Amino acid sequence: MKTLWNNYRYLILRRVTQISLLFLYFSANAWGWKILQGDLSSSLVFGVVPLSDPYAALQMLAAGALLATNLLIGAVIIATFYLIVGGRVFCSWVCPVNMITDAANYLRRKLQIDKLPSRQSVPRKMRYWVLALSLILSFIMGVTAFEFISPISMVHRGIIFGLGFGWAAMLIIFLFDLFVLKNGWCGHVCPLGGFYALVGNFSLIRVQHTEENCTLCMKCKVVCPEHQVLHMIGKESLPVLSGECTNCARCIEVCDDDALGFSLRKLAQNKKMGEKNENNN
Amino acid sequence: MKTQAMSERRKFILTMARAAGLAAMGGLVWSAYLDEATASSLLLRPPGAIKEEDFLATCIKCGLCVEACPYDTLVLAKPGDNKPLGTPFFIPREMPCYMCPDIPCVPVCPTGALNQASVTTDGKLDINIADMGVAVVDSKNCIAFWGIQCDACYRACPLLGQAITIEYSKNERTGKHAFMKPVVDSDFCTGCGLCEKACVTEKASIFILPREVALGRAGDYYIKGWDKEDEKRLENATSKTTTTELSKEKAVDSLNSNEDLY
Repeated sequence: MKTLWNNYRYLILRRVTQISLLFLYFSANAWGWKILQGDLSSSLVFGVVPLSDPYAALQMLAAGALLATNLLIGAVIIATFYLIVGGRVFCSWVCPVNMITDAANYLRRKLQIDKLPSRQSVPRKMRYWVLALSLILSFIMGVTAFEFISPISMVHRGIIFGLGFGWAAMLIIFLFDLFVLKNGWCGHVCPLGGFYALVGNFSLIRVQHTEENCTLCMKCKVVCPEHQVLHMIGKESLPVLSGECTNCARCIEVCDDDALGFSLRKLAQNKKMGEKNENNN
Repeated sequence: MKTQAMSERRKFILTMARAAGLAAMGGLVWSAYLDEATASSLLLRPPGAIKEEDFLATCIKCGLCVEACPYDTLVLAKPGDNKPLGTPFFIPREMPCYMCPDIPCVPVCPTGALNQASVTTDGKLDINIADMGVAVVDSKNCIAFWGIQCDACYRACPLLGQAITIEYSKNERTGKHAFMKPVVDSDFCTGCGLCEKACVTEKASIFILPREVALGRAGDYYIKGWDKEDEKRLENATSKTTTTELSKEKAVDSLNSNEDLY
């Protein structure tokens, strides 16, 4: 039981966070609870504090909309929050699509689809192209380009306000990630993830690898949805500095050897610097 | 060593070209979809909504207006509704706007897509100046125009006597009855849709259309010369002189030309 908790503690916490946020949003529309109104694009906490998606605000800016004060305040709050806790914390702790893609990934491992040889290599950098494209299209078309096609919003709004054909978006992402491309949506395409990855390059909370403890079991790389960020495993004691890391902490909990853990960026960097100095000496 | 550098550069250029090509193709499909998805013009927005093209750029699709609406009038467009996805609208025949005096849907808007100033007079919220659309009467199917007495829309109108008035005229068919025809004054109509909801015909014979769809425009060429207010429009009038070149031939020549008459 204890090992079960130990191996899934962050996963459980993440699911609890994701589902309670969804529940609070849902209850605002269904029963008029005023704890968390709106949706992930923009919300009101306790009817007072505005929160807004900074990427949506960026698209509005590109589309030529005037940004209202409340929207700006909300976007700054959200951007600051993710600057501290890690940009893509949104992806693994908040975004409802995460549950769909995690399920696809789990099934992929169980069905051993990964063992099939993959012919086409799709670069993970693609999301930044999609991000740039969304801003260019917003500018040209005068509408918030990604917001009109975002399957994240479709799913999230669907749960709060009524799904319509939104289930199709869920199914397509699930099947795409399951059969077509590993970590396809979240790891390659999603421009919101790309945006938060850019934010995450500067954020404070980091996963830290302790090489001395590592037994090279590589369980962390198997579960990691962005395994390229774990390039230092078994090689060097480094923090995961890539913004593409979602801080989902799956690597931490599957590690039986205490070789991975959360740390703060400053401390991690100091340590790294210290090591370098030692080497120099 | 030199060839190595060349191939690196070539690889880079080719990679960029491939990415640019993919982006162009993706952009084409994406923009075509956006164009299609935002083309819907027969859409009724919440009170205070700014111009549709600005609305599409400004609305963040958070649904706070929908949650604020006490009558569940407003809904967000779902996939399959064939309306700009996630934006708020209402269908009066299903649920009209009841024109709450405190307009709860407008001040909650975080982006200003619902503009509070446009529904404010003298510093107070005023739903009576809202412009969600304008009611249009189908005089062929409205039973009041047949001579059957019905004033359901007139009674339902929150601006009764202003937005909808009843016009009396003689029913020549019977010779002893009156037509009581509903007439909409677009200067007062807010487009709340209570008339459409109340209409007794199978499909509503009075219905709301967006103002730009329902109304014409006289333009600067026509001014009410007897109306001082309307004359002010002349100040911003732009005039364009067009000249048609006069034919040098005589009118009589047309009879002698060999061209076909028709």
